[in-house]
Amino acid sequence: MSKLVVTSIGPASSVQDAGRPGSQRYGLVPSGAMDRLALAAANTLVGNELFAAAIEIGPFGAAFTARGGAVRIGLAGAARNADIGGRPVASDSSATLAEGETLNLGFARGGSFSYLAIEHGIEGEPMFGSLSVNARAGLGSPYTRPLQSGDELTTHPASGAAERRIELPDATDAPIRVLFGPQDDEFSDENKQLFVGSEWKISATSDRMGYRLEGPVIKHLDGHNIVSDGTVNGSIQVPGNGQPIVLMPDRGTSGGYPKIATVISVDFGRFAQISAGRPFRFKAVTMAEARAEAIKFHQFLRSLPDRLRAIEDFSLNIEALRDANVAGQAVSAVDAATWQVAVP
Amino acid sequence: MPETLSPPRLLPSGDAAITVEFSRTIDDAANRRVLALDRLIAAEPIGGITETVPTYRSLLVHYNPVEIGFEALGEQLLARAAKALPTAAGTRRWRIPVAYGGENGIDLEDVAKALGTTPDEIVTRHVAGDYRVAMIGFTPGWSYLSGLEKFLHMPRRKDPRLLTPAGTISIGGIQTGVQCLAGPSGWHLLGRTAVRTYQLHRDPIFLLEPGDAITFTAVDAKTFAEQDRAAEAGEFIAELVTP
Repeated sequence: MSKLVVTSIGPASSVQDAGRPGSQRYGLVPSGAMDRLALAAANTLVGNELFAAAIEIGPFGAAFTARGGAVRIGLAGAARNADIGGRPVASDSSATLAEGETLNLGFARGGSFSYLAIEHGIEGEPMFGSLSVNARAGLGSPYTRPLQSGDELTTHPASGAAERRIELPDATDAPIRVLFGPQDDEFSDENKQLFVGSEWKISATSDRMGYRLEGPVIKHLDGHNIVSDGTVNGSIQVPGNGQPIVLMPDRGTSGGYPKIATVISVDFGRFAQISAGRPFRFKAVTMAEARAEAIKFHQFLRSLPDRLRAIEDFSLNIEALRDANVAGQAVSAVDAATWQVAVP
Repeated sequence: MPETLSPPRLLPSGDAAITVEFSRTIDDAANRRVLALDRLIAAEPIGGITETVPTYRSLLVHYNPVEIGFEALGEQLLARAAKALPTAAGTRRWRIPVAYGGENGIDLEDVAKALGTTPDEIVTRHVAGDYRVAMIGFTPGWSYLSGLEKFLHMPRRKDPRLLTPAGTISIGGIQTGVQCLAGPSGWHLLGRTAVRTYQLHRDPIFLLEPGDAITFTAVDAKTFAEQDRAAEAGEFIAELVTP
């Protein structure tokens, strides 16, 4: 067996797959990847199932070393500088680490999370059908906590298959689409308009449970306590201080603040990738539009294997590497010290 | 109760979940309708539903929007809700041992003072209650019980504690609860039980179901410690009482 050893890693990095839905009625939240499209792209690069467990890497840098044999990886999601022993690795492409070689990843330059898929997957013992880490519930495999230096992920030796890149649509700054509800009647029309008409930023205190938003104060019509009801990924709760919190994959399964709106499912991963401090907007859409987009997204996911392309020798051409890195140029950089946008 | 059979409200929770709301307040009749609809959906499944989550006053229905849309699913849910009649039949009852007071229930004396009575009377009243699991939520196994008598209703703490022990039995507002994992809580801690409502590598992993009936019995601290060791080894400790 080969091993990918974590030689350095920042916080907010853990093994994630599609999560473990089905037990929310018992208070167990599904967890799972923040950006499922990026997870699926990384897995597609190395021939895995779309939602096989991969390493979700937070905004900070990380390094991994192959031990006991070669390890083939697929890298997608937030763009970052990456190299294996000085050989550049482009975003949205696969690469192979020979035994003893180290993959070095810089800070996320655009977005927050990158996904490092390992060819043949990560060995582990699924709990409720998933390897995803949920530290509070003591779940996850091979570790029940975020990754730390020295952790080892076991896999099968690299196949030696030709490396690939995957062609994905350009990153977009389009507003994050939401559907009003389930408790939008707890807010006046003015405050609903304020919510969709304003610029927002994600607070640096955000995590996998929730993203805190900074912007105008959203007022409730009649107090901020409701009787707890169920939550989903993308529920937008408004607590007493009027600063919304968007619930993320490690949310509580129930919550007691009114939910003004919900991020539509296809935009959830894109929302999860927005760097702290970077301005963005919401836009209200209709249920029909949201569903049409969900169906399109489902078809797009199935088409991912058709989007694999042969890879050129990027090490000879840094310009080609830059060109391939569309997402990295389209969005601004993060400052790793604060997980906030650096002034350009 | 014909008035309780008014149709629930269908509230969109994004494009992949519908909140079927029976009431806006904590209401036992509404909760029974939530659980009845939940059972009926389990018995007569609707294509596209991926998961249902009962809460006090609503049923959250997760679905795959590729398979079914809001309108079509909403229609079927309303049809089910119209014929989902609450029934007590088949209700399981659990007896859960609790070590009240002392280090196991650090708020018992303060609760007694606040309510103008003795710790013993608080325990007697809490044990006398006939409770039902209204919902399980927040963290794994955290069971919110309805049926707390009015005398024990008490506002939550102003400053929630960041860490309360696993197995805590507490009261907050008009509710009482069985907390499984250590974690934050703003409720008043009356005691602890060795019962794990959530325990990995045990069958079943989750002991309680929404709708289950619950009775508490008082045990001393020594018994709690013994039961805690047995529970760690996988024993239920909670006793299933046939109705």
